[in-house]
Amino acid sequence: MHTPHAEPRRSIYYTYRVFDAWLPSMHPDAQSRQAPVVVVGAGPIGLVAALELAQQGVRCVLLESERQVSEGSRAIVFTRRSMEILQQVGVADRISQNGLPWRFGNSMYKGQRVFRMEAPHDPDDRFFPMINLQQQYLEEYLADAAMAHPLIDVRWGNRVADVQQTEHGAQLTVDTPEGPYSLAADWVVAADGARSGIRSLLGLKLEGNSYEGRFVIADIRIDLPLPTERLAFFDPDWNPGNTVLMHREPHGIWRIDYQLPADETPEQALAPESLKSRIDAQLALIGHPGLPWEMDWCSVYSARALTLPDYVHGRVLFTGDAAHMLPIFGVRGANTGWQDAQALSWRLALVAQGVASPALLASYSQERVGAAREIIDEAGKSTRFMTPPTRGFRLLRDAVLSLSLTQPFVGPLYHWRTSRPHEYTHSTLNATGDDNLLFKSGPANGAPPQNVRLGPDDFLLDHLGHHIHLLWFGGHANAVPADIQAEVARARAAGLPVRVVAVGFAAQQASPNCGMNGFAVGGANGGVEAGASPAVAGADLVLPDANGQMRQRYGVPAHGAAYLLRPDQHVCARWMSLDGHRLAAALRAFTPLPTHSSQTA
Amino acid sequence: MNPTTSLTIPGLEQVYDALATAIDQAGPEKTELLLVKLALLQAQALGDAARFQQQLEAALLDL
Repeated sequence: MHTPHAEPRRSIYYTYRVFDAWLPSMHPDAQSRQAPVVVVGAGPIGLVAALELAQQGVRCVLLESERQVSEGSRAIVFTRRSMEILQQVGVADRISQNGLPWRFGNSMYKGQRVFRMEAPHDPDDRFFPMINLQQQYLEEYLADAAMAHPLIDVRWGNRVADVQQTEHGAQLTVDTPEGPYSLAADWVVAADGARSGIRSLLGLKLEGNSYEGRFVIADIRIDLPLPTERLAFFDPDWNPGNTVLMHREPHGIWRIDYQLPADETPEQALAPESLKSRIDAQLALIGHPGLPWEMDWCSVYSARALTLPDYVHGRVLFTGDAAHMLPIFGVRGANTGWQDAQALSWRLALVAQGVASPALLASYSQERVGAAREIIDEAGKSTRFMTPPTRGFRLLRDAVLSLSLTQPFVGPLYHWRTSRPHEYTHSTLNATGDDNLLFKSGPANGAPPQNVRLGPDDFLLDHLGHHIHLLWFGGHANAVPADIQAEVARARAAGLPVRVVAVGFAAQQASPNCGMNGFAVGGANGGVEAGASPAVAGADLVLPDANGQMRQRYGVPAHGAAYLLRPDQHVCARWMSLDGHRLAAALRAFTPLPTHSSQTA
Repeated sequence: MNPTTSLTIPGLEQVYDALATAIDQAGPEKTELLLVKLALLQAQALGDAARFQQQLEAALLDL
C-alpha cells in the first residue's frame, strides 16, 4: 500500500495544493485499456513530455507518486532555450509574468569583483538568457496544463512498484493508497528523477563520476537591495577554499549555496546552528550583517556527472535526471531534461501512431546521450575550478584567484559554462545530400533554430508548434512549386505532420519594394495563417519578412532556398535551392526502416 | 617559427637572484602559490600554449 503525504508541504511563500489520489476502484474502466504511453513522474520533465505527446495527439497516462508538487524551490534558473520549449507547451507566458529575468553574473574574491559575465540578449530573441522561478510554480503551471488536456490522464498518488517488459509493451504494477493495480502500456517514459525507481527496477547503472563535492542549498526570505544577477564568492573568509553562490528568486527569496568542507556530513551541515552561523557570515560578507531572515527550505546535494549509456531499453525510454545526473553549476538539470523530453516526444508520437518504426527512437538515444556526455565534459571544466579535485588543481585555482585581483587576463577562467542547447551535428536525421555546407551563416544542420523578431510581440518561434516545418524562402512567388507541394502531400498522406511556411512573400497587390507590403497582417501577428488569407498556394503560413531579417538570420542569399526543421525545431536540412526530390530525400530520415531488434508498433 | 630569444649571462644571473629572493620573501607556505602565479604570467607573456607545454616537459625532467 502506497501512502503519499496527505498534508501540504510547508513553505513560507508557496501554498501547496494536495490533489486527490487516483484510485482504481473509482475508475473501473481504466484498467482494461492499454495506454499508448505511460509517463512516470510528474516533475518538470515528465509534465513537459506528457504535454508534448498529448499536443501531438498521443493519449498518455501520467503517474506521480506524490499528491503535490515538489518540495522546495529546487531548479530555479531556466534558460532561453528552455523557455522556447516551454512556449511550445503553452506555459512560457505564466513563467515570464512571474519569473525574474537576468543576464549578468559576478565572481567575487576578497571583496572585489574579479569577473563579470554578460550573457548576450539579441533583439531577435523573445526570451532572456535566464529567468529565475521556483520549481513549485513551474510544476504548477505545467500540471494545470496537463490536467486541462483531454488526452492526459494525470494520476496523483500512484507509484510504480514493478515494470515487466512484454513483446509489444510493458506491464506496470502501480501502487495506490488502496493497493496496487495493473497497467498495460505500449511505451513507458521514465521521468522519475535522479532516484529513478524505473531505473532500479530494470537494474540499470549510471556511468561516470559519482562525487565531486557537496553543497548546502538554502532558501531564505530576506530583503536584500540587490539586482537579479548571479553572485559567486570564491574562498570567502568564513568558508576558506570553498565557493558560495547566491541567486535571487521571486517573493523576496534568496538562494544561498555553499560548499561543505570535505569532512563534514550532511547532518552536521543541516544543523540549525550551523546553517545560521554560515548564512549570517555570508550576509556579513556582502555588507548586510545582522539583516533578519527566515529559512524556507534547505538540503544537501552532491555534484555528480553520470549518465546511462543508452536511453532506450525495450519499451522503456529514459529522460531527464532518470537518464543522467549532471553537475548543477551552469543550471544543467531541468534545462537539459526538457531538451530530452522535446527530442523524445515527437519521435515517440510518430512511433506510437504507427507512422515511424521504433528504429526512429535510436536517434533519440544517440543525440541525447551525446548531449549528456558533452555537458559532463563541459561541466567538468567548471567543476575543477569550483571544487578542485586534486592538489594541483587547487594550486592553480588559488593562483588564479590571487592573480585575478590585478590581472584581468585570468578573469574568463571564472566563467563557468552555462547550459546551452546541444547541436545535433552528427544526427542520423540530418540530410546528407543537401546544401548545408554552402550556407555561410544561419543555423546549420542539427542546430537549434534562430528566433527572429517579426514585429511587436511577434517572433518566428511563436508560430512553430510540434510539426516538421519547411521554411521556404520563395521571394515574391505566389505558389510553392508543384513538385514541392506534391512531396509535402505525399509525406502528409504517410502521416508526417509537415507544415509549410512561406517566407519573404510580397503580395501581388503590393509593390515588393515598398517596405511593409500591403497584404493583410493580422494585428500583432506578423504571419498570415492559411484559411484566413492563403496568399501563397501550398503554404500553411506566410511570413512577409519585409525587412529581410529572416533571410539575413538564416543566411539565405537568393529565392528558392529552404530549411527543414524537426518538430523540436532543430534544423535537419537546408538547401540553397529546393526541389521535390531533395525534399523527399530529407523526409525519408523521419521514417527509418525497422531494425531487427525492434518491432513495429 | 617563434623567435627564440635567450638571456645574456648577466640577465640569467639577475633572474636567478630575483627568483631566489622572491621565494625567500614569499616563505615556505606561499612558495608554490608564487611559482604557479609566475608560471601563469609567463605563459600569458609567451602567448603560446604549445611552447608552454614544451617548457613544462623540460621542467618535469630529472626532478
